[in-house]
Amino acid sequence: MKLTKEQVAHIAKLARINLTEAEVEKFTSQLGNIIGFIEKLNEVDTEGIPETNQVTGLQNASREDEVKPFGFEEDLIACSQNPIVDNQIKVKKSI
Amino acid sequence: MEITSLTITQTLQLLKEKKTSPAEVTQAYLDRIKKLDSKTEAYLYINENAANDFFVATGELAGIPIAYKDVFNTKGMPTTAASKILEGYISPYDATSVEKLKNAGVINLGKLNTDEFTMGSSCETSAYQITKNPWDLARVPGGSSGGSAAAVAADLCCAATGSDTGGSIRQPSSFCNTTGLKVTYGRVSRYGVMPMASSLDTIGVITKSVEDAALLLKVMAGKDSRDATTSDAKVEDYPALLTRKDLKGLRIGIPKEYFVEGLDKGVEKVIREAIETMRKLGAEIKEISLPHTEVALAAYYIIAPSEISANLARFDGIRFGPTVSDSKDLIDMYFQNRTKGFGDEVKRRIMLGTFALSAGYADKFYKKALQVRTLVKRDFDNAFAEVDFIATPVSPTPAFKIGEKVNDPLQMYLEDAFTIPASLAGICGVSIPAGFTEGLPVGLQLFANQFEEAKLLAAAQVFQTSTDYHLQKPKIS
Repeated sequence: MKLTKEQVAHIAKLARINLTEAEVEKFTSQLGNIIGFIEKLNEVDTEGIPETNQVTGLQNASREDEVKPFGFEEDLIACSQNPIVDNQIKVKKSI
Repeated sequence: MEITSLTITQTLQLLKEKKTSPAEVTQAYLDRIKKLDSKTEAYLYINENAANDFFVATGELAGIPIAYKDVFNTKGMPTTAASKILEGYISPYDATSVEKLKNAGVINLGKLNTDEFTMGSSCETSAYQITKNPWDLARVPGGSSGGSAAAVAADLCCAATGSDTGGSIRQPSSFCNTTGLKVTYGRVSRYGVMPMASSLDTIGVITKSVEDAALLLKVMAGKDSRDATTSDAKVEDYPALLTRKDLKGLRIGIPKEYFVEGLDKGVEKVIREAIETMRKLGAEIKEISLPHTEVALAAYYIIAPSEISANLARFDGIRFGPTVSDSKDLIDMYFQNRTKGFGDEVKRRIMLGTFALSAGYADKFYKKALQVRTLVKRDFDNAFAEVDFIATPVSPTPAFKIGEKVNDPLQMYLEDAFTIPASLAGICGVSIPAGFTEGLPVGLQLFANQFEEAKLLAAAQVFQTSTDYHLQKPKIS
């Protein structure tokens, strides 16, 4: 399949990345090549083959749901460069 | 002999005999870093105070100076993942593997360069610097753990940690003549290491010898309640199990799909000779087939980017890293932070994953890739029913020139053709020095089945102690 510039622009928007005209051009060609290579997958007969999501065969790894203090809350919140109000990060209005 | 050229095992012996001290060893490495790292550019952060850290050094690796790939959270130090989006981020906590190594007494020399968020095969996608291969400064050290391999090869640390999602420990080890261990998926906790592709990421080491890898693995392995995918398979006493003297009674499979067009003639010669060496050491050599080798790469470049697009969605410049000040609203802030913060390779993979998971394509690509992953895993299951190990080249080429492949992402992806299938199957593998072609190192890749690290390291140790390739050092001064 061929990837169009419109598709690339749309994907970038979904991924929250701005692209310049020149970048759309560049990524359309590069991603097109990669997808061309990946289409090899369609030659494989996978009829009835299950999907592998977890490769070592682990199933539900459950544990008690206990509340434990992380211990470094202040250091963690200090990682943000945005204003901190009442131990919360203040961001711009979303709506 | 310089103290910095010694392995962990040799350094521990000197420390035990009180012929040196942790402070002296650490200072020797810091001095060497100061003198030589401007050439290799392996370090993103140097812990100038490391020589004072030995006061706390107790435990089985007490006083051994190592360095961490810069995707490992190390409390109180910057961790950038070689990305601008984490510039200035100081880790508030230690990764589990870091915590375990600290408890064993290792000293932290600093943080090592990588491809941005470990996405690359050359260290060229780092947002900060391009690490050089100590064997030829015009060439790449490999990637993504290129800083780790270059630093170990140039004796700028006693050993280093790395992470391997599709070959990121093994390929740089091959390029730099180091020993690289990629563990079974779930053998070592991923907690506190920047995620790339969560169903594939493994945490391992790059060392000067197999014995050193065994020592570090013993400390790092095990179940961790903070990483639900860790296994409770028994952690063995890996160093104590390095007791093999030969390879008698072992069957080693040579998959014909790894000796194909595109394999460099010099690399092939080295690997054929290494196979011959293993035969002389008593191994039975068998040709085998892993029929889905070629499509494994295609499946990986769907599965990994899909997981990357999800994992990297969290980086928005709000909680860590720089943030723009002139955004119109919240969504504009996301766009601006991510556009400025990520480099091209990260953007490519995020977009590829976003595409593969988007409506209308998820079945065609993502689901199909997961099915192919099953077939790749079955190939290895079938092979290990017949043989104990599989031996292959690590990479189709020796270290390439800086800039040679950077503008052709697909060419760069093909670099990983021999390391990726094992990652999809979750098995363990090593890259060990096996010889040289035109002055450049070539690594031999050995695989064993899941959780067979003890058996794998014992066999690798036999090859290593019967050869002297791992003792060759680059001429860098």
